[in-house]
Amino acid sequence: MKKKLLAVLAAACMMTAAFTGCGSEPAEEELQGNLTLAGSTSMEKYCEALSESFMAANPGVTVTVEYTGSGAGLESLAAGSVDIGNSSRALTDEEKSGGEVENIVALDGIAVVTDKANTVADVTAEGLAKIYKGEVANWNELGGEDQPIVVIGREAGSGTRDAFEELLEVQDNCAYAQELDSTGAVLAKVASTPGAIGYVSLDVVDDTVNALTIDGVEASEEQILEGNYILQRPFVMATKGEISQQNDIVKAWFDYVGSDEGKEITKKVGLIIPQ
Amino acid sequence: MRRKAIIEKTANIIFLICAVIAIFAVCAITFYMFIKGTPALKQVGVTDLLFGSVWQPAAENPSYGILYIILSSLVGTASAILIGVPIGLLTAVFLSEMAGKRLGSFVGGAVELLAAIPSVIYGLIGMMVLNPIMFSIENAIFEGDPDHQFTGGANMISAIIVLAIMILPTVISVSTSSMKAVPDHLRAASLSLGATKEQTIFKTVIPAAKSGILTGVVLGIGRALGEAMAINMVAGGAVNLPLPFNSVRTLTTQIVSEMGYAQGLHREVLFTVGLVLYIFIMIVNWMLLRARKAGAEHAE
Repeated sequence: MKKKLLAVLAAACMMTAAFTGCGSEPAEEELQGNLTLAGSTSMEKYCEALSESFMAANPGVTVTVEYTGSGAGLESLAAGSVDIGNSSRALTDEEKSGGEVENIVALDGIAVVTDKANTVADVTAEGLAKIYKGEVANWNELGGEDQPIVVIGREAGSGTRDAFEELLEVQDNCAYAQELDSTGAVLAKVASTPGAIGYVSLDVVDDTVNALTIDGVEASEEQILEGNYILQRPFVMATKGEISQQNDIVKAWFDYVGSDEGKEITKKVGLIIPQ
Repeated sequence: MRRKAIIEKTANIIFLICAVIAIFAVCAITFYMFIKGTPALKQVGVTDLLFGSVWQPAAENPSYGILYIILSSLVGTASAILIGVPIGLLTAVFLSEMAGKRLGSFVGGAVELLAAIPSVIYGLIGMMVLNPIMFSIENAIFEGDPDHQFTGGANMISAIIVLAIMILPTVISVSTSSMKAVPDHLRAASLSLGATKEQTIFKTVIPAAKSGILTGVVLGIGRALGEAMAINMVAGGAVNLPLPFNSVRTLTTQIVSEMGYAQGLHREVLFTVGLVLYIFIMIVNWMLLRARKAGAEHAE
């Protein structure tokens, strides 16, 4: 009993020390300057959340993020006009040979959901693309019941829609029966409409809907971390040269992204933390 | 005496400031809508934007045609008026000419309650009750039709029904009060000439209350055109030709649903959509002024 008390006391002391340590850190060396990022529009929500709290933690730093698209962001990085290039796809070999380093900060996964009564549990990537292009219009073509498919998706400009269409290679080719403007709305509609299919961020899937396996692969964090699931993409914050060669502000940024607070933000916006 | 004058003057100034705030707001909004809405019109081209039928703002080669969106708004509003006005008018006849005191106040109270229900509630009920009914009708009509895209009941008809119900209170209350304002000697004259009660209502009371009824209709048009929330919940939201069983998007829902993540030209086009809506509303208001003016002349 006494030992336990001692341990608790010791822990308390250490924690106090750690906290005061944290508190006095900015006083020794407060970062001053600007950090510029440019790139993927899909990363907007994530970058806004990160930069907001990063600036709160480092009042001397101004973070500006432009959302110009992955390719344009990496070009700006190559041209040296920004510190970090945001990309919502893996870097090409060409880009890598130009000295750009792929720092994967998060993984984005999308689940395909149907209503609870639907008997179809698995769909091929090809079949899924056909559903969204309007070429397959009945579940019986996919081994289900004779029931029309109600194709539900997100509005133009949504990051989830971007990712989904890009990964399935059905960009601007989709015939949506309903375009809804939030993840929650898609989930609710799919749950209440017989024969509906929709896509949502992986983290919001609950037991009101069925999540389909694609080519036999379950939409789960493990499968995404292993890279087996098709509807996933990395969020990359590319730098020119390794992080260790960057200036202090960029280093502090990546430290922040990898810190507990950074990870908290990553989870909050529905992303998966890479191993 | 002096004190009284000062109070008078201060009160005057306060009233003036209040009036100026309202006028300033109207001018500022008009100014802002035109400033924000016109650049995209130039950039995309007036014909491509207003008469283009392909809406793909996030595509590699974006296309910003809002023709179907404008049409959906117009068809939706017109149909809602066609359904809602006859019902509203006959309810108003009942309330002003036929209902006894107790029944009248009961129905009147119900109509007032209908007006007070927030539009999100209309949307919710439309989504939970109307859409499933529509879906079963859709399933029955289009069973096995490979060309029809099934929308799960979120379609033009659902939007029209919700709109028709939403404009009822406006039409009813304005029409009722204008019919009640018709002087009794007109009714007496009509009845004494041997007209039946129905003839009196349709040949005397309604024509006499015409301008008031028209005002109610125009206000209803404004409400239907400007409604966003309920429509967003029941109409499906895909950009399509406004056919009865198609999922549609109107001017209002277009802005609501895409403003969140839109950027660049896409965002500017949404302001243009707002401008188009604003111009429609201005036309409706101009009609309202004319209807009132006609009423005033009639009264003289």
